[in-house]
Amino acid sequence: MPRYQGLPASPGIAIGPALVYRTQKVTFTEQRVDDPRAEWRQLQQAIQKAHTQLTALEERARKMAGDEEAAIFEAHRLFLDDEELLAKLRTMVLEDRLNAKAAVHHAFEQYAEALLSLEEEYFQARAQDLRDVAQRVMKCLEGEGDNPSVENTPEPVILVAEDLTPSDTIRFDREQILGIVTARGGPTSHSAILARAMGVPAVASAPFDLSDIRSGTLAILNGSTGLFNVGPTLHELEVARKEKEEWEARRQAELSQAELPAVTKDGAFRAEVVANIGSIEDAESAIRFGAEGVGLFRTEFLYLQRSSMPTITEQVRVYKRVFEVMGERPVVVRTLDIGGDKEVPYLGTEKEPNPFLGWRAIRMIRERPDVLENQFTALLQAAGQVTAEGTHCDLRIMLPMVSSVAEVERAREVYEEARTALQAQGKPLPAKVQFGIMVEVPSAALLADHFAPLVDFFSIGTNDLTQYTLAVDRTNERVSVLASPYHPAVLRLIEMTIKAAHAHGKWVGLCGELAGDPLAVPLLVGLRLDEFSMAPSSIPTIKDLIRQWSLKGAEEVARECLRFSLAADVIEYLKGQTPR
Amino acid sequence: MVSTTLTIRHPAGLHARPAAQFVKTAARFPCKITVRKLNSEKPPANAKSPLSVLTLGVNQGDSVEIIAEGEQAQEAVDALVELVQSNFGEPAAAHS
Repeated sequence: MPRYQGLPASPGIAIGPALVYRTQKVTFTEQRVDDPRAEWRQLQQAIQKAHTQLTALEERARKMAGDEEAAIFEAHRLFLDDEELLAKLRTMVLEDRLNAKAAVHHAFEQYAEALLSLEEEYFQARAQDLRDVAQRVMKCLEGEGDNPSVENTPEPVILVAEDLTPSDTIRFDREQILGIVTARGGPTSHSAILARAMGVPAVASAPFDLSDIRSGTLAILNGSTGLFNVGPTLHELEVARKEKEEWEARRQAELSQAELPAVTKDGAFRAEVVANIGSIEDAESAIRFGAEGVGLFRTEFLYLQRSSMPTITEQVRVYKRVFEVMGERPVVVRTLDIGGDKEVPYLGTEKEPNPFLGWRAIRMIRERPDVLENQFTALLQAAGQVTAEGTHCDLRIMLPMVSSVAEVERAREVYEEARTALQAQGKPLPAKVQFGIMVEVPSAALLADHFAPLVDFFSIGTNDLTQYTLAVDRTNERVSVLASPYHPAVLRLIEMTIKAAHAHGKWVGLCGELAGDPLAVPLLVGLRLDEFSMAPSSIPTIKDLIRQWSLKGAEEVARECLRFSLAADVIEYLKGQTPR
Repeated sequence: MVSTTLTIRHPAGLHARPAAQFVKTAARFPCKITVRKLNSEKPPANAKSPLSVLTLGVNQGDSVEIIAEGEQAQEAVDALVELVQSNFGEPAAAHS
């Protein structure tokens, strides 16, 4: 029963048989041809055919997913029209007498290499596009039929592949695909974008070996958490079915109400309901689901799958786009949270026996203050530019995995240095930037009264706080059932954190899964949690639930919850509560 | 020969939609048009080739030199300047 933790790429839950999909690559041998004119004619016909296929795919994508997705294939077509590329092909075939397939490979590859050397993710993705087009032309040279669409599967499947090009993804009908999981790629790859647009759950970068997975095996795919479970137990299956139902119900939650604020029915308490995001697209979806801001902007994607540090300019560009989308709404940006569980050679992460207790996140500051300083600089520049353009950017910076007051003090110094340097260069700066920490290590919760004066806010990361408080590795299935954020020990730490912050006039958010759990709403409202941060799609449901409770009723529930000694009792009790 | 130097202000630089617009505009004119990224060692690119423009890697804030030679060279440069200065037809301040 292997379980693979990948990156969530498109929300939702799929349960069904796996289908191992292997892309068939066209192979070729390089040779000199006797009749280059005939070869060139064939190549021209193949290009024409590829052109026709792409026009059909563009239409198919427009119907299945929308204009934005159709544009992928339109771009492919533009590549085929490129006069420089065509001139290259012409020379290779007519003058160098190269066979058509080899010419296509070399000509496209020259551009793909040039794009890959630019390093940014955008160009990497374009390089993949080029290779996709090259494969298409080569297939046309082999005389593949004119109908490039539609694979047939007897029943709907979870598509399992090494990597999928947009052309692969679009081959399937929406009804045939329950979910998509790939061993490579990220949440911003084309297949992930297509999956989201088609409303298909997807997971990327799941660490499986394709040869270990057999087509037909029952699997569970959770596109919201990134978990891919092959051959689940009956119990897991039951849980997944329930989660799937809940998820679908949530999805149908009234979006019309999403824009309204989350005020308790007695008007005594208002919570801010915000989104956890990890990309520009997430920010857009957050707005659609009525987010009042961003409570957790994960920035790891900027650092993964590349060979050198993202430059400041590159970071500024991404941050700016998120700030522009969010306008004057608050955006809490979490600085880099990477450790030994990910291989990032240029940062110097190493395989460690306990990566979650190791050299990660804010702990890098002693050896690598430059990483944080660059990020501060980029964030300030981006917020400054957006502000200078007339939108008051409400940037809030948040440090992950803080366990000691000294870390906050050191980070503040680095932050001030970055700010002073920008000021000296005459760069525009945002008016006010809040500075806060994640409370996810028990020591930070226990010493919350010492941390509170040093920061503007706390954000409780309940996933890690649970793992560290209960000494449970969440990824270890033999013990993961023990990891409940409803454990009274965790609840007490949450209560302590909120009380200490409020005593110092600071606000507290919560950005773990607990914030988006409907069950926890009265508990967290009762504890007077100021900000709930969750996956964008959960926002309408949670807002709706908050509105159903009175502050007084919620406070009674919270008080009761804190009296129990078992997580199961807390859950049992909460399940029995109705809004009052 | 007509030439000019411009700074790209669009957040996407000369990629994606702006690149496509740029190439489309260049393709309307019969003259030879090249675009070169300033402060880089890359050779000038054919402004009518999307792949060549893309591989220049022009980002927001980068400056480029546009050179047109032949029939309607002035008109071509004017059209490209107008496109870039109009921020590729998008409002300058992004939506908020």
